[in-house]
Amino acid sequence: MTWSAIRSHGISYLIVGPFAIVLAFPFYWMLTTALKTNGDLYNLANVPFKFTTTRGDPEGQSPTLRHVTFIFHHTQYVRWLENTAFVGAMVVVITLVVAVPAGYALARLSGQLGQSVGVGIFLTYLVPPTLLFLPLSRVISKLGLEDRLWSLVLVYPSFTIPFSGWLLMGFFRTIPVELEDAARIDGCSRLKALWRVIFPISLPGILTVVIFTFSLCVNDFVYAISFISNSTNRTLSVGVPTDLIRGDVFFWQSLMAATLIPSILLALLYNSFLNRFIEGLTGGAFR
Amino acid sequence: MEAAAPSRSRRRWGDLFEERRFLAPALIGPAVLFVGLLVAVPLGLAVYLSFTNATSGSLSGTWVGLDNYIHAWDSSNFRTALENTIIFTLASQALVVVGAAILAHALLRPFRGRWLLRFLIVLPWAAPVALSTIGFLWIFDSQFSVANWTLVHDVMPGGGHLYLYKPANWVLGVIDDLPWVHTGKIDPFNPPQWLGQATLAKLSIIAVQAWRILPFATVIFLAGLASIPPEVEDAARMDGATGLRKFWHVTLPLQLPIAIVALLFGIVFTATDMTVVYILTNGGPFNSTQVLTTWAYQTGIVSSSLGQGAAVSLYLLPALVVVTVLMLRFARKVEIG
Repeated sequence: MTWSAIRSHGISYLIVGPFAIVLAFPFYWMLTTALKTNGDLYNLANVPFKFTTTRGDPEGQSPTLRHVTFIFHHTQYVRWLENTAFVGAMVVVITLVVAVPAGYALARLSGQLGQSVGVGIFLTYLVPPTLLFLPLSRVISKLGLEDRLWSLVLVYPSFTIPFSGWLLMGFFRTIPVELEDAARIDGCSRLKALWRVIFPISLPGILTVVIFTFSLCVNDFVYAISFISNSTNRTLSVGVPTDLIRGDVFFWQSLMAATLIPSILLALLYNSFLNRFIEGLTGGAFR
Repeated sequence: MEAAAPSRSRRRWGDLFEERRFLAPALIGPAVLFVGLLVAVPLGLAVYLSFTNATSGSLSGTWVGLDNYIHAWDSSNFRTALENTIIFTLASQALVVVGAAILAHALLRPFRGRWLLRFLIVLPWAAPVALSTIGFLWIFDSQFSVANWTLVHDVMPGGGHLYLYKPANWVLGVIDDLPWVHTGKIDPFNPPQWLGQATLAKLSIIAVQAWRILPFATVIFLAGLASIPPEVEDAARMDGATGLRKFWHVTLPLQLPIAIVALLFGIVFTATDMTVVYILTNGGPFNSTQVLTTWAYQTGIVSSSLGQGAAVSLYLLPALVVVTVLMLRFARKVEIG
């Protein structure tokens, strides 16, 4: 390595390092907290950044996994994970069925009017759930979907379709038209060309959309708290803050473990697909 | 080759699908329908509800005109909520824009360990907001706050007597007379109540909002930097533009539109967010940290006054319209650039 390379790397570390520490600290703190015994956690004399085992602690050695396993065996946590996965999967399917054709059409087929429609769909993404949850809670109760996961399956596509459609449009634009033209010269219809040629090439892009759609569903709090009041039908985002906190009693270790597990999984996925995500953005909106 | 009658009719259907004028609407139609039914219709319903005295018990309220809007405006909690929404949004997004600009530039070039560092940076964005906010609830705990522990304990290993609250108090001594500070100095035996004191609670909310939006803004900034063609960089280097000058005359003008798009997104995400305030303070202490969204939830769902709640949340609409118009202008600019 040359001197200037070392210097420029050093500057990168100096800038990125502190940001990374501040941004990731809460998660480090969740991990540390999740593994402590009550005797360790609630002793003000202990240094909070390390594990201290007090002699005669009924929970034994600190660190311990007992509070982490607690949420899996004695709370509805697993149920909420399942609920979240179910809603996420259903919404992903609906979103793909609706948004893939729309994204393709917006990238390739539509004229001036189509462009405006595309922009219009995207702008609905700016209409926030906090503005719609009151009337929608009305609609949901009219439809008899109160307290049911299907209410979320119905409503979530209202924000996943605009977001995914826009991103998919970006991916489709990065695929050269010539590929499609070649397929059509070989006798494929437009739809067949879309299915046989475009779809396989854009699979990474579609996978990116799947991940971000899913995480949008996991993230929602407003709809989930307004439509569902039954503990067993809750999703992760609402179940953990409302049911793991009983009155004023906070089971901090369990809460932190419950938070950390989905966060880490989602962050791993995000980071792996980040370059694709940027590609979709730059191919579409910011070309 | 295919002369049979059924295949001819299939042929005609196929031709229809070859026709752009038919295919494009057929492919876009479902998306428009879905979004129209689930966004446009409820939005209209929200506007309608805000003009009625509907409660969550009965579907049909009677028309009350602008009463809900006037009633909301007259309430002091609403004024606080409106003010807080504006302050929280502007303050957090100012932090975000500065942070994201610096971070995106530093992350652009590859270096060893970038994947790991980027993973750490992406974490707040990937984590479900409701859950990560619980993490902050613990960090700002009234008794066991790690922030307070770090402030009032000797952080120098080996008893070096480095207490962080001392320099913090010097700063507070200078700024505490400003009208919006008034937190008093930090007392090591009675450390700050981050969520129990109005000013500190507001600062905590701003910090959490900035923390969760920063990674997203950084990614958008990165996308903007990545879309600057390498030829432009080369040309700038040929002309002898380096460092700050290159940033000012080349990178900044090219990046400005996308930075503004990221900022507008950040504004929308923060101003319309309910989760952070709901979980962190639930509007407290004494409704001092209410924002429009939590106040709408409080009136519309908790107090069951659907019409009034809708009116409160619709006060967000003018701001959203402005953002939308700006977004359209700048998104187009980005597309040209």
